[in-house]
Amino acid sequence: MTRAEMVLSALFYQSRCTRNDVLTFLMFQLFINNEWQDAVSGKTFPTINPASGEVICQVAEADEADVEKAVKAASNAFRLGSPWRRMDASHRGLLLNRLADAIERDAAYLAELETLDNGKPYAVAYAVDLPTVVKCLRYYAGWADKWEGKTIPIDGDYFCYTRHEPVGVCGQIIPWNFPLLMQAWKLGPALATGNTVVMKVAEQTPLTALYVASLIKEVGFPEGVVNILPGMGPTAGAAIARHMDVDKVAFTGSTEVGHLIQQASGSSNLKKVTLELGGKSPNIILSDADMEYAVEQSHFALFFNQGQCCCAGSRTYVQADVYDEFVERSVERAKKRVVGDPFDLKTEQGPQIDQEQFNKILGYISSGKREGAKLMCGGGIAADRGYFIQPTVFGDVQDNMTIAREEIFGPVMQILKFKTLEEVVTRANDTKYGLAAAVFTKDIDKANYVSSGLRAGTVWINCYDVFGAQAPFGGYKASGVGRELGQYGLDNYTEVKTVNTVPIKNLFSALVVCLLHTSLPLCTVLSAAVFPPKNDKKAKFLLFSTKKFNLQNA
Amino acid sequence: MTSSKIEIPGEVKSDPAALMASLQLMPSPVPNPEIKYTKIFINNEWQDSVSGKVFPVYNPATGEQICEVQEADKADVDKAVQAARLAFSLGSVWRRMDASERGRLLSKLADLVERDSVYLATIESLDSGKPFLPTLFVDLQGTIKTLRYFAGYADKIHGTSIPMDGEYLTFTRYEPIGVCGQIVPWNFPLMMTAWKLGPALACGNTVVLKPAEETPLTCLYMAALIKEAGFPPGVINILPGFGPTAGAAIASHMGIDKVAFTGSTEVGKLIQEAAGKSNLKRVTLELGGKNPNIIFADADLDLAVEEAHQGVFFNAGQCCTAGSRIYVEEPIYDEFVRRSVERAKRRIVGSPFDPMTEQGPQISREHQSRVLEFIQSGITEGAKLECGGKALGLKGFFIEPTVFSNVRDDMRIAREEIFGPVQQIMKFKTIDEVIERANNSDYGLVAAVFTKDISKAMTISSAMQAGTVWINCFNALSTQCPFGGYKMSGNGRELGENGLKEYSEVKTITIKMVAKNS
Repeated sequence: MTRAEMVLSALFYQSRCTRNDVLTFLMFQLFINNEWQDAVSGKTFPTINPASGEVICQVAEADEADVEKAVKAASNAFRLGSPWRRMDASHRGLLLNRLADAIERDAAYLAELETLDNGKPYAVAYAVDLPTVVKCLRYYAGWADKWEGKTIPIDGDYFCYTRHEPVGVCGQIIPWNFPLLMQAWKLGPALATGNTVVMKVAEQTPLTALYVASLIKEVGFPEGVVNILPGMGPTAGAAIARHMDVDKVAFTGSTEVGHLIQQASGSSNLKKVTLELGGKSPNIILSDADMEYAVEQSHFALFFNQGQCCCAGSRTYVQADVYDEFVERSVERAKKRVVGDPFDLKTEQGPQIDQEQFNKILGYISSGKREGAKLMCGGGIAADRGYFIQPTVFGDVQDNMTIAREEIFGPVMQILKFKTLEEVVTRANDTKYGLAAAVFTKDIDKANYVSSGLRAGTVWINCYDVFGAQAPFGGYKASGVGRELGQYGLDNYTEVKTVNTVPIKNLFSALVVCLLHTSLPLCTVLSAAVFPPKNDKKAKFLLFSTKKFNLQNA
Repeated sequence: MTSSKIEIPGEVKSDPAALMASLQLMPSPVPNPEIKYTKIFINNEWQDSVSGKVFPVYNPATGEQICEVQEADKADVDKAVQAARLAFSLGSVWRRMDASERGRLLSKLADLVERDSVYLATIESLDSGKPFLPTLFVDLQGTIKTLRYFAGYADKIHGTSIPMDGEYLTFTRYEPIGVCGQIVPWNFPLMMTAWKLGPALACGNTVVLKPAEETPLTCLYMAALIKEAGFPPGVINILPGFGPTAGAAIASHMGIDKVAFTGSTEVGKLIQEAAGKSNLKRVTLELGGKNPNIIFADADLDLAVEEAHQGVFFNAGQCCTAGSRIYVEEPIYDEFVRRSVERAKRRIVGSPFDPMTEQGPQISREHQSRVLEFIQSGITEGAKLECGGKALGLKGFFIEPTVFSNVRDDMRIAREEIFGPVQQIMKFKTIDEVIERANNSDYGLVAAVFTKDISKAMTISSAMQAGTVWINCFNALSTQCPFGGYKMSGNGRELGENGLKEYSEVKTITIKMVAKNS
């Protein structure tokens, strides 16, 4: 047993919901059909504690054959007449509520596991990630029996209504930066609307998702409704994206992979695709903003979660007359940022997720220096083991530098200078991304001007990273397709079925339609149906009208 | 739970052995339940009435007194309104609370009602006379589901942003109306309380609620649960009392912004008048009905007879939705009457705590006399009494299941709401005729049609002047579906998303923009 494995067992032991050793072992397997299974290939992969670089444990590695099994289970759970399809919508909501309750019960344990596997400070995992997960699930629990179709006053005597039906088997591929939260964002709307799920969790952070799988079983979701597969993108992820029996795929991750997902859908079965991808989000500070507040918010906007946020405010545009003061204060703040052991409650910043990201970020920092940005603080490694990077601030950044154009996904802040509103809106929009943006000002007109001018899915005014399960989130342009959260999030998981019926009374109107289209044989058939022979008075009249009409047309 | 696996107690009854076996597994009522709460609930505190008056509460199955309850009057309503206003003041805990947290509190309340459901069902049976098992399965489940449903809505009451003309940005906010007076009836005391509280609290209002003087006990127990769940003081105030005093004080109060009433059409008119005379408070009413239930010759006869029977006799006929005018198509009329009489004769009337009981007593001596007087008028006006027609037992307010055939539309029993176990069966020939006759009523609460022909079903369902139409079913009410009356059966709708609109004011906010773009 490695040290990390001992820590893990200790964690299991300490948690209020202590599991026996067998279950502990089982949870590193794949979760298909409410059962724990080894990978078909027998392969496993190590998951690593990024604070130490040590292996925590081995996890079963799903590949195409396992995706095949999971999709079969999900299809079966979705078949007409299955317990899941026959279930009252309110009961789906109740199950989601119970899942939220179970996660709330085990919040301390889940937060510990999240920190161990992901490196985010425990205080944040416990106080931010976990409550948000619970709230998201409760929010969508409430939607289950409120996602209403319409009745529609269609022309003619037809009765028309729509039903909101689930899409079917949904593939969901989630990232490592907020493992639990992204899982909740995906499961909430998919399950509220009655879909079944094959979810691939990121290979860096499979542990909490697998624990949630055990809770899914515990609270009573029928087998096959949720299947959770740890695995790699190019194998398991790709198998989901191109699977002919997956009706929809939702992906959160890089724009680069987002392209591949949509391509795979196009070359397979045209499955519906929603994407929540990268960003290079502008954060615009006008000179009339509350300086102290704007500095703190901008610091948080970029450095939160070690900079590993798709919506990170990584282009901080500051108006010229306050630029120097802003940079000075931001550097001061970044230097104060506490980097260290994520289990230390004082820690603000933990390690980056893995060696690859760590190297990539250091590479971006070198490019910044090389291309002439001014390194104001940080820029190096912050510890002799694990993947820690110093909080880094660049001043005098130009729009064409690599660090101002590409998503760094690390604790590296770029501060740029602007003079006028028109200029900053143009520059802020000059990117392939459009996920989020923010503006800090006390002037309501400026706030309105900037917020309506920015091409981004979310705009924060005098705040940053304000999320609520109630508010939709997603990207313009190459930042994504579709919206998650809020009522909008339900659209992604819904097929609309339009039902039209023609009652007898309305066969009469069908008859009129036929008359207008001079289809005499059909008219005769219809009129016989509408007016059986004993009711021949009206029928004769109508047939007479038909003839007359046709004669006139002739 | 899947719908296919739900075991409906009514279905089990076809096999007596299975029924007896299943009854063994059913929850039993709490023996000699303690009545813990008999005072007025204001500001999360239990208070005596200002006047010091109390009134007796009776068990309608025996006519015996259960306990005495503090009697709220105008002075108590004033106190409650003051508490509710304070709880609603800008910056209060309740007004500052996240919408999702309001939902959380409602959800907790649902959990607490679920926890204590056997006790609550026992008290409800004791106080209202309705049989214990249906109370547990219908009333308590309905209460819990309604609270959960509206809990989910609390943070989903969306305004819109509006592309208005000119250089403006416009959006709407759905804001709570304020202090809501709510007056609930005695036929479903707890469930009607949930129907009222759910949307009012989800939207963020505060409440002054008067339960019926006949049945205040479960509502007062709910008050204790409201406090336990953690609602801030003053958000919900519960005042047992009488209509002409406490009820009237609510309806005419200048500090109440909205009143919701469920009860008789006669009192509904008084409520609306009082609103008009005082502060133009918003009024929603859910009133009486004389609901047509139309049976075509092609209907599944077994189903139609059973549903029509349950449709009128459920809850001892004390439902505003009671299907009390059964229109049967001529070819099957005689057979339908024969089977309905046979079914009514089999209906088990007895102690609400006997698990076999289908029908308990009427709510009060006064109401029993009223129903018997209706039956007498039916006989006098020439309807054919097929079975029943009399009071039953030496004590308690029981009435025999009663069926009238050959009923004409102009008889009193065919025009007025009886609110008792009395079924009227009429004959019709054509669809046009039955539509006209069914709609020829001051009321318009619900209607039903039984047929296998989708076209007849659709034609009838669109022609009925009624807030709810059931096709091949009856009393299929659910918290997701709006409910309320056309014509003199009410104003507004309860339940569903529509129910929220009745507890919201829409505020349109327009901001001048400097340079608008799409």
